[in-house]
Amino acid sequence: MQDVIIIGCGVVGAACAYRLSRFRLRLTVLEALSDVAGGTTKANSAILHAGYDPEPGTLMARLNVEGVRLAEEICAKLDVPYRKTGSLVLAFDEKDRSCLRTLLARGEKNGVTGLHLLSGDEARALEPELSGEVQEALLAPSAAIVNPWEYALAMAETAVRNGAELHLSCPVTAITREGDGFAVTTPKGVFHSQYIINAAGVHADNVHELIGKKNFTIRPAKGEYYLLDKSEGTRVSRVIFQCPDPKGKGVLVSPTVHGNLIVGPTAEPSGPEDTSNTAQGLQKVRDLAVRSVPGVRFRENIRNFAGVRASSDRGDFILEESPAVPGFFNAAGICSPGLSAAPTIADELTALLAEKGLALEEKEEFIDTRRRVRFHELDDGARNALIAADPRYGRVICRCETVTEGEIIACLRAPIPPASINGVKRRVGAGMGRCQGGFCGPRVQEILARELGVPPEAVPLEEPGSYILTGETKEAWT
Amino acid sequence: MTEHQLVVIGGGPAGLSAALSAWEAGITDILLLERDKYLGGILNQCVHNGFGLHRFKEELTGPEYAGRYVELLESTAVRVKTDAMVLSVSPDRTVRYVSPADGCRTVHAGAVVLAMGCRERTRGAISVPGTRCSGILTAGAAQRFINIEGKMVGRRAVILGSGDIGLIMARRMTLEGAKVLACVELMPYSSGLNRNIVQCLQDFNIPLLLSHTVTDIIGDRRLEKVVVSAVDEHRRPIPGTEQTFECDTLLLSVGLLPENELTRALGAEMDPRTNGAAVYENMETSIPGVFACGNVLQVHDLVDFVSEESARAGAAAADYIQNGETASRRTLTVENGNAVSYTVPQRIRMEAVDQGVQVFFRVNRVFEKSAVTVTAGEKQIARFKREHMAPGEMERIFLPEKLLALAEGETITVSAEEAEA
Repeated sequence: MQDVIIIGCGVVGAACAYRLSRFRLRLTVLEALSDVAGGTTKANSAILHAGYDPEPGTLMARLNVEGVRLAEEICAKLDVPYRKTGSLVLAFDEKDRSCLRTLLARGEKNGVTGLHLLSGDEARALEPELSGEVQEALLAPSAAIVNPWEYALAMAETAVRNGAELHLSCPVTAITREGDGFAVTTPKGVFHSQYIINAAGVHADNVHELIGKKNFTIRPAKGEYYLLDKSEGTRVSRVIFQCPDPKGKGVLVSPTVHGNLIVGPTAEPSGPEDTSNTAQGLQKVRDLAVRSVPGVRFRENIRNFAGVRASSDRGDFILEESPAVPGFFNAAGICSPGLSAAPTIADELTALLAEKGLALEEKEEFIDTRRRVRFHELDDGARNALIAADPRYGRVICRCETVTEGEIIACLRAPIPPASINGVKRRVGAGMGRCQGGFCGPRVQEILARELGVPPEAVPLEEPGSYILTGETKEAWT
Repeated sequence: MTEHQLVVIGGGPAGLSAALSAWEAGITDILLLERDKYLGGILNQCVHNGFGLHRFKEELTGPEYAGRYVELLESTAVRVKTDAMVLSVSPDRTVRYVSPADGCRTVHAGAVVLAMGCRERTRGAISVPGTRCSGILTAGAAQRFINIEGKMVGRRAVILGSGDIGLIMARRMTLEGAKVLACVELMPYSSGLNRNIVQCLQDFNIPLLLSHTVTDIIGDRRLEKVVVSAVDEHRRPIPGTEQTFECDTLLLSVGLLPENELTRALGAEMDPRTNGAAVYENMETSIPGVFACGNVLQVHDLVDFVSEESARAGAAAADYIQNGETASRRTLTVENGNAVSYTVPQRIRMEAVDQGVQVFFRVNRVFEKSAVTVTAGEKQIARFKREHMAPGEMERIFLPEKLLALAEGETITVSAEEAEA
C-alpha cells in the first residue's frame, strides 16, 4: 500500500514526485509512455515565464512567480540547463501599447520584479535584430529559458533516488475504491494507495473518468514550432514575445539553452495526441515571427515539431481534490505557465494532501543533488581526467553536439535509463544537432543494443512500435 | 605541443589523396586524423560499382577504391589516428583533437588540409509536414544500416529527392527485397547522374515523379503512408493532385552540405554559393597554409575528381611547407555568369599559375547543345562546347595559362549559353 500514486510523469508529475520524495512517504509514479517527459513537457517553448500574463487572483498568477524562483534553485541543485535571459513583449501599434500597460499592471500585482517599459529604440539597443516597426516593449528580466525535459527528468530521477517507484509504459486502465484508498490497474499489475495525484496532462479528464464524474474537460490545443540551427542561435538573446491574444502568448522567437533558436508556436484545437506539423501551421509561424525579428533565416531549420497544450475548459490550473472522489487530487489543465509553476503546483498539492491527513515527515537522508557529465562544456584537463578513467569519454559519437560514448553509457546507468534513440537524445543531446542523427543514429542504436543486451532491431526510435530496422538484409530472399 | 609538418583532417577519399600527394612531394611528417574507426569515409558504405573509371581506368566499388588508397598510404610513413575527432583549428594552424587513445591533444602544423566531407540535408531542412514517426531516414543513414550493419530499414519505400544516394538506395532496397514505389523530385529535372537514373530507377521500373514532393507524412509510431503532390513552377504543391503511397519507409535524398563547422570557427572566408571555403587556384583558403578539398569544399558527383582535387591540395600544402607563402601581386576573381551557380576556385593568383587552372562549376538548369564561355570584361578568352549540361553533373574546364594571361581586369566570368544553331 502506497501513500500516494502519481499518474503521469511529465513535469508536473515529476515535480510532485520530487517535492514529495523529501518526506517519509511511499510513492509510486505511473507513466503511460516509455519515458518521462514524453508528452507536453518535451514539446513546448521551453520558457520560464516572468509571470505578468495570468490574471491576478488566478492560481496561475499565484504560482507562476514563485515557481520560476524555485525553478532557478532546483535547476542549480539538479544540474539542469537554465539561463535567465529576460524577455521582451513587443508592441507594434496603439492597441499593443495598451496591452503592454495591462501586462505591466498585472505583473506588478502578481509580484513580478524588474518589469519596465522600453521605447522601440531602447528595445532595439538591447536586441538589434528587432523589427523597426516595434514601437515599445515590456522588459521582464526574470524570464528564463530551460531544458524542459531534463528539468522533468532531473526531478523524477531525484525522486527515484530518494525511494519513489517509477513505472514506465504503465498506462492506467482502471481505478477502483478500496476502503478509503484506491486500487489502480495497469498492464504491469494493480497498485494500491491512499491518495492519487492525477497529473495525466492531456489525458487528465479521461483518467478522472476512470473513478468518478469529472468536473472539467481537457481542450487540447496544438502548437507548431521551428527549431533552427545554432548558426541562428544568437539572433536574439532574450525571449521575444508578441502581445498575447485569447488563444495564447502568440509567436515567440527565443534562444534555447542548447544554443539553437526556437520559433513558434501556433495555437489550434487538436486531438490530445496530434503532434503533427501542417504546412499551414508552419507558414503561420514564419509569417508571424518575422514581424518581430525580420532576419530569422528559416532555411537554417533543423527540425519542426508540435506539442499539445493540456488546457482545460476552466481557464485556470485545476489543483483540487475531486468533489466526486475524496482522496483523488487533480493537477489538471496545466497549460502555460505550467512549466514555470511546476514546483509550486507540486507544493500546492502537497499542502492539499497534508490538509487531508497525509503525514509529512522530512527525511534526513534526502538527496537533493544531481550531476551529469557534459563533455562539450569541460576544459581539456577535466576531459583528460575522464578519458584516463574511461577511454569511452574520448570517443565522440555525435559530432554535431560533441557527445561521447562515455556520456551515452552513463545515461544508461542513471536512475531512469532510456530505452529508445530519442530517450538517449533527450538525455545527452546525441542527434539533436544539425545532422539530426544522420551520422550518430546508427551508432547510438548499436551502443543501446549492446548495453541493453538486445538486438539492434529491438531498439525503437521512441515508443514500442516505432521500430527503425525491419530485420536482416537478404531475408526477403530466404 | 607536438609539431607536425602537415595535419590532414579527415580520412575519406579527400584526406587520403591529399596525404599521399603531400608525401610524394617530400613531406615526411604527416598526421592524418579520422573520426571514424576506419579510413575510407563514406566510400565504405558505397558497395555499388562505378568508382575509379577516371582515376584507375577500371570500375571499382567504393570500398575497393578506398582500399587502393589505404594500401598506398600503408606504404608511406604517414601517421594515422582513427577514432580521433578534431575539435578546433586555429589560424596559427594549431589543431585540437580528442580520441580514446590520446585524450584531448593539441598539435601544431606547418600546413593543414581540411577534408571533413559533407553531410546530408534532413527532413528539417525542407520542413516536410506530418508526424514524426519512425521509418524516415536520410538515404545515407539507410545505406549505412544496410551495407555496413547488414540490417534492413523497411519493406515498402518512397524516395524523396533524386540525388545520387537516393537513386543508389532505390536500387539497393529493391535488390534487398523491398518494394520501392516511387522516387519523388521537387525540381523538373533530377539532381542525380544520368547513369544512376537509368541503372537504378529505369532498370527496376521505379517511377521518377519530377515536379512532385511529399506534402504529408502519416504514421503513429512507424510510417504508414506519405502523400505526394505535384508542384507548380514556383515549387508550390498543387491542391487536388495528392496521391497516397502506403509505405513504411521514406528515404530522403535532398542534398548534401559541406561540413564546415571547423572551417567557419577557424574564420576562413566562406562562399555562400558552395557552403565551402573560398579557395585560390591551389585549394588554399583565405587562411595561409590551410587548404580545403573534396566534399568539404564543394559537393562532388565523382570520387575520382575528389581524389584529383585533393592531390592538388596536398601538393600545394607541401609546396607551402617547403617554400612558404604564394605570391599574390595579381589576383583574378572568378565570377558566376549566366546559368552558373558557383565556381571553384573562386580566385586565381596569376603568379602561382603554372600550366593552367582547372575550374569546376555547376549550371543551374538543363542545357542540351550548349557552350561554356569565359570572359574578361567584354573579351571572350575561352569557349568550350557541350552536348549536355545539368545541375546534377559537375562541369569542369581547364584554362591554360596563356588564355588566362589574356584577362586584363580583375575578374573573369564563367557562363553557360545555348549553342547557336
